[in-house]
Amino acid sequence: MTKKIKISRKDIMFYLINDGFLFIFLIVTLYPMIYFLSSSFSSPRAIIMGKVWLWPVEFTLKGYKAVFQDSYIMTGYRNTIFYTIAGTMLNVVLTIMAAYPLSRKDFKLRNTIMMIFAFTMLFGGGLVPTYLLITNLGLKNNWLVMVIPGAITVRNVIITRTFYQSNIADEMLEAAKIDGCSDFQFIRMVVIPLSKSITAVMVLFYAVGHWNSFFNAFLYITKRSLYPLQLVLRDILIKNALDASGMDDSRTYADNQNIEELLKYSLIVVSAFPVMCLYPFVQKHFVKGVMIGAIKG
Amino acid sequence: MKKRSLAHNNATTSPVKKNKILKEIRNNYQLFLLILPPLAYIIIFKYIPMYGVQLAFKDFVATKGIFGSPWVGLKHFDRFVNSYFFPRVMKNTIGVSLYGLIAGFPFPILLALALNSTRNKLYRKTVQMSTYLPHFISTVTMVGMVMQFLNPRFGMLAEVAKFFGKEPLNYIGIPKYFKSIYVWSNIWQDTGWGTIIYLAALSAIDPSLQEAAIVDGAGRFKRIIHIDIPGILPTIVIMLILRSGRIMNVGFENIFLLQNQLNLPASEVISTYVYKVGLGGDKGMIPNFPFATAVDLFNSVINISLLLSMNWISKRLTDSSLW
Repeated sequence: MTKKIKISRKDIMFYLINDGFLFIFLIVTLYPMIYFLSSSFSSPRAIIMGKVWLWPVEFTLKGYKAVFQDSYIMTGYRNTIFYTIAGTMLNVVLTIMAAYPLSRKDFKLRNTIMMIFAFTMLFGGGLVPTYLLITNLGLKNNWLVMVIPGAITVRNVIITRTFYQSNIADEMLEAAKIDGCSDFQFIRMVVIPLSKSITAVMVLFYAVGHWNSFFNAFLYITKRSLYPLQLVLRDILIKNALDASGMDDSRTYADNQNIEELLKYSLIVVSAFPVMCLYPFVQKHFVKGVMIGAIKG
Repeated sequence: MKKRSLAHNNATTSPVKKNKILKEIRNNYQLFLLILPPLAYIIIFKYIPMYGVQLAFKDFVATKGIFGSPWVGLKHFDRFVNSYFFPRVMKNTIGVSLYGLIAGFPFPILLALALNSTRNKLYRKTVQMSTYLPHFISTVTMVGMVMQFLNPRFGMLAEVAKFFGKEPLNYIGIPKYFKSIYVWSNIWQDTGWGTIIYLAALSAIDPSLQEAAIVDGAGRFKRIIHIDIPGILPTIVIMLILRSGRIMNVGFENIFLLQNQLNLPASEVISTYVYKVGLGGDKGMIPNFPFATAVDLFNSVINISLLLSMNWISKRLTDSSLW
């Protein structure tokens, strides 16, 4: 009995240190996010003076007002929402279309096609040949370039295929076939209803990918009216190419400069907000997807 | 598909079985129909550019296209290897990657071990949820945050510097700080997400081992050393091997967005260099398609050989591999 208490006392020390260690991780992760969130609600003056440390100083919504009044930002936002919805729909449909046949043991071409798919994970044509192809296809400055070149991610096909292999029993297919069910019917009536969780994972993986994607737009879109949010963000946050002077005539030049600084903080929050909001609800699914991918990646 | 139906045809003649065969052909036909669009996509968008890689061995003549342009052998590779940029780009690519690997690799393991040993479920969930969050911030937003943070006029770091009575510097413009900025912002973003695989490995450890150790009087720390760490060692080894297989594979976006004229000596890596020589970059340089393709191919070949050899080592050592 005494021995047991002694051990747990030693353990208490351990648990204290361990929890303290975790607390450091927690703070280091959360603090920058809180800082940006608080800054976005502070007055331009407080930001310029460096007064914001933890909570908003001189609370104001000016930054957000500036963000939502800026037509450049709003166009980018709308475009990204459109690209994300259209792109994700195409992604998920094509991924299921590829993954199901590849999961069927009786599909003779399975291994050959799998090889063709998997090889692209190892080797690609690289930047210039891809660029020339996209240009020759006339996709430059075309909204389709945000949807079509990334229509399938092979890794996601493999994840989905693995899920089908381990969750859609062969017996079910046999039973359905005896009842005269075609493959199309089987997918519609059995496979898709039984694999809602992996479909959810795919929707999330692809949607977050579209929301955050930068590279394709950067290479192929130069028309401002087609810019997705990430390109707008780059202009404003990184290239400092925002012209706020046209936003409100009553302000002085210095005021505009300060508003621009505040706007950056608000913009960072607004851009990350949708994904972050979605995230707590779908966290489990994400983790599941990563695990399937890791086991048979 | 054809072979099988032929075999069946030879073996059977009865109408019932014939019907079955027809049905099977039709069924496979449906599967084939399903996979046709994805397959077409892969061939058009992945394999045609691969065919275009021959550009690396040619001189590009716009009027003749990729396939009609004359062959020049290894001229472009030769030029790259002997160019002024070669040592710089190689050094930066390997340097930033190696730094990231050495500094970043232990964090997810430590965090996973700590998460696994805390007794309070709610606390564990909170830390997990919070540390996963930064993973979903886009590269552009992340770089924007870094820029704001390092802003010499009113960034947070400038305030800290002022607090200690130092003159704030334009940190992003100083080459010697570049690698640290890149590596540590990545660590901040991906440590939490990186724990997933280790947590899974930890949860797969047989609980009876823990129970036996408790009976033997081992404290929680002892159990980490003697049970948890050996339990996830294979996972650690695989992750390490795979990461080192990607040592020459530094992504474009993050580095490119952090780049500016001042930090270029430390920040130019292969992928950003390929973009600049190939597509002209921002400053309107004359694009050199074949040269960029050659540099890209050079990098790809190194990547593949590294990955394959590391995968082979992993197979020999831990019996597990990528495929």
